[in-house]
Amino acid sequence: MSGSLTSVAYIAATILFILSLGGLSNPETSRRGNLYGMIGMTIAILATIAGPRVSAGGIGWILGALVVGGAIGLYLARTVQMTQMPELVAFMHSLVGLVAVVVGYASYIDPTAAAGMSSAEESIHHVEVYLGVLIGAVTLSGSVIAFGKLSGRIGGKPLLLPARHWLNLLLMLVVIAMGYLFLSAATIDAGMTPLIVMTVIALIFGVHMVMAIGGADMPVVVSMLNSYSGWAAAATGFMLSNDLLIVTGALVGSSGAILSYIMCRAMNRHFLSVIAGGFGSGDAAAKKSGDAAAPAGEVVPVSAVETAELLKEASSIVIIPGYGMAVAQAQHTVYEITKYLREKGKNVRFAIHPVAGRMPGHMNVLLAEAKVPYDIVLEMDEINEDFPDTAVAMVIGANDIVNPSAQDDPSSPIAGMPVLEVWKAATTIVMKRSMASGYAGVDNPLFYKDNNRMLFGDAKKMLDEVLTALKS
Amino acid sequence: MPQSIGIPTEVFQGEKRVATVPDVVQKLIKLGFRVAVQAGAGSAASIGDEAYRAAGATIVPDAASLWSGSDIIFKVRAPSRDEVNLLREGATLVSFIWPAQNPDLLQALAARKATVLAMDSVPRISRAQKLDALSSMANIGGYRAVIEAAHEFGRFFTGQITAAGKVPPAKVFVIGAGVAGLAAIGAASGLGAIVRANDTRAEVGDQIKSLGAEFVPVDYVEEGSGGGGYAKVMSEGFQKAQRDLFAKQAKEVDIIITTALIPGKPAPKLITAEMVQSMKPGSVIVDMAAEQGGNCELTEPGKVVVKHGVIIIGYSDLPSRLPTQASNLYSTNLFRLSEELCKAKDGQFNVNMDDDVIRGTTVVKEGVVTWPPPVPKLSAAPSGAAAAKAVTPATAPPKKGHGHGGGGEPMSAAMTTTIFAVAAVLFALIGIYAPAAFLGHFTVFVLACFIGYMVVWNVTPSLHTPLMSVTNAISSIIIIGALVQIAPPDALTVTDVPRPDVIIRWLAIVGIALTAVNMFGGFAVTRRMLSMFRK
Repeated sequence: MSGSLTSVAYIAATILFILSLGGLSNPETSRRGNLYGMIGMTIAILATIAGPRVSAGGIGWILGALVVGGAIGLYLARTVQMTQMPELVAFMHSLVGLVAVVVGYASYIDPTAAAGMSSAEESIHHVEVYLGVLIGAVTLSGSVIAFGKLSGRIGGKPLLLPARHWLNLLLMLVVIAMGYLFLSAATIDAGMTPLIVMTVIALIFGVHMVMAIGGADMPVVVSMLNSYSGWAAAATGFMLSNDLLIVTGALVGSSGAILSYIMCRAMNRHFLSVIAGGFGSGDAAAKKSGDAAAPAGEVVPVSAVETAELLKEASSIVIIPGYGMAVAQAQHTVYEITKYLREKGKNVRFAIHPVAGRMPGHMNVLLAEAKVPYDIVLEMDEINEDFPDTAVAMVIGANDIVNPSAQDDPSSPIAGMPVLEVWKAATTIVMKRSMASGYAGVDNPLFYKDNNRMLFGDAKKMLDEVLTALKS
Repeated sequence: MPQSIGIPTEVFQGEKRVATVPDVVQKLIKLGFRVAVQAGAGSAASIGDEAYRAAGATIVPDAASLWSGSDIIFKVRAPSRDEVNLLREGATLVSFIWPAQNPDLLQALAARKATVLAMDSVPRISRAQKLDALSSMANIGGYRAVIEAAHEFGRFFTGQITAAGKVPPAKVFVIGAGVAGLAAIGAASGLGAIVRANDTRAEVGDQIKSLGAEFVPVDYVEEGSGGGGYAKVMSEGFQKAQRDLFAKQAKEVDIIITTALIPGKPAPKLITAEMVQSMKPGSVIVDMAAEQGGNCELTEPGKVVVKHGVIIIGYSDLPSRLPTQASNLYSTNLFRLSEELCKAKDGQFNVNMDDDVIRGTTVVKEGVVTWPPPVPKLSAAPSGAAAAKAVTPATAPPKKGHGHGGGGEPMSAAMTTTIFAVAAVLFALIGIYAPAAFLGHFTVFVLACFIGYMVVWNVTPSLHTPLMSVTNAISSIIIIGALVQIAPPDALTVTDVPRPDVIIRWLAIVGIALTAVNMFGGFAVTRRMLSMFRK
């Protein structure tokens, strides 16, 4: 295949990738979007292999690596629980980061890569290598930590080192200094040391960055790492002078960045302050004790049977799922209850807060897995106005996203965050394991409201009991 | 010794309600009380003595023995002078009292060392809604007002086209959309009339619309919410704009129902004699505020009068005209209050003045007048928030929804300028120093960023997870980097420095294998997720 033909194939792949992202914007077209992505990827790989830059000798190796990697990937995709999606995505991001590092090193030690370049071009090539490895390494270690946090192997509490901003600044200065040494190195061997030092620093930086971010901000982190993996691919594209890589990397990078921005806005927080970390700790705790804004009143616990009674009498019900539903794997029981109530002619809908769960859209995926029709799953803005006309609002394992102090209490750490106004419903039922506060560490006055009932226990177990009581 | 609750026959002229119905008698007995009912107390509400006896109450033949034998009296209307004298010393009385209008009555009750709970003084907080007798009576009154209007009105409410000609629908204008007003709107639109409604509180507009009526606001900006979900007295300018509106409506509509009340004040005069004169002959005005002086200048409380050809209904006993329904709801309110007062279920009232609801309702405590109560801490709509709202200048644009994809607030001009300046400097630097080959790639890069932005901006939130996993899979395109390194053709590898082929190959193989995990896994899992999304 000639070079021109490869280029044309690359253009086709690029278009397919754009269509793929576009298709994903709507449930109707999303499956087609995914298909476009697969076709685009196949075209890109075939064109590259058949193209002028791969000789016949490499094809065996390539196929072998593809088969091994592909088998593992398909196995993972088939066995993963939908509740574990955030972990899987974080894990995959770390792979992209690792590959970016590997390709960067390989490109650096390859003398042919820079052959025939002018000195300015060579410097630029080196800058690209350096950046590619840097972004790749940050993505790698950051994703690994995110994976650990999401799968519960590492605690969700933010780790806040003293003077962490200064530490980050110091690391950055070292990275710049190393970059200078790297660029001025005369031989490849001489440049290797600064490159390795920088890689280690980048890894530390990735770890430190994600460790400092609390569990509640994980949706932002996951989509941010998604964005990084795209930028890593784009940097690799510059390094190899490959437009397809640049375009695709930029597409992924900018889409991840936008998603992070959307998440931040849903929490009414600045992107930078999320990245800087430390939510719901330090100052917030001090503020809390100072204001003594702890809500007074009593909590009214109910049993599963009473919950079923409330649901039976209600004509309109809104269910607000949160991370607790994912942890308890309760989505199927939720659907059973929904189905039962809908058969009884009740208006049952779901209200999804943009940052419910640990990944953007986490709840939607779980509900979809449980076969909940997506047209009764509504966004916060679509449903917030309907709460005053709702008889029962049932909160399953969510806390901060239904906290009225975000609106009422200006000193609250979550003040200004848009929340689901469940307290406007005639009755609210909150399912929770205990009275512990959410990730933000803020007490929730909703629990003490007169029209609120608490159903304590594991969400799955309790909902099973509710379902039994409903059917009896 | 459980306390005994006595239910006397109402003595007020024309009053048909009774304070407690048999169902509630049973519930009160379950709370531990003994219940005595005066013979014939429920007959006006179609409830016979037998029903009370079956529910477990004792029937007492006359008022005197009932009053003297009861520790607690449940009534509807405020007691008359004679009844106050019948009240046993130190006994408890629960009924409507209207303490602001009846200071003498309050003193008389205090002299009897009584404890008095006024059902009209229940604080308007959400916890107390179940015992809010004013709301339940207002609801009935609003419904009955429409029925009375329909009775006097000489035409259909609903429009019809018959063989005998076309009947236009009646136009009803409801002033004040409180509980009574909303009930009237619902009843009138249920009968098929065209309903319009006005209220000084702009926030009730949605409630009006939800009942199928048109909200006609006064064209004048002023916050009309007083404390506790009630309306307040409005400014002079507002009142003028309001009069103009009412004058205009009076010419157009067939029926006006007025429900405007301000707590503790005489009812505002909203319909002037001139407005009545301008109405079509045969039109009807129902003045639900008649007891507090009336919203219409020509209202005569308790009577139906015809002035300038307009029938003006001034009944002050609208709830009593639906006696069975009203007795049912009122006695449920009383029962809810009893639950609050008797949490131990031991048949004893415990008037706990630390409880906001009981504190507000109690107007005399053991001979001491405790009215008016201190302002309750909570209000139906937080008054603080309402005040804050009032302070906000009306010109401030409402904050836009946070819809994903919906545009946020525009960036400030300074911010935009800064961003453009920084971008310009960066581009200038790149233009000066970068070689041409790089610029080609750079162009592609920048444009691709914008395409990504445009494409992703409108993604529905429900698809965020699949979007992330598909972009993740697409980022496997980095495999090309490894592919071109694994075995470049010999022609490309001729350089003066020997190429470390083996190391590079193994690095590339690792790279390909890892991306393959990502690529296949990513696409497969996205596919799996998307197949679950269904309508």
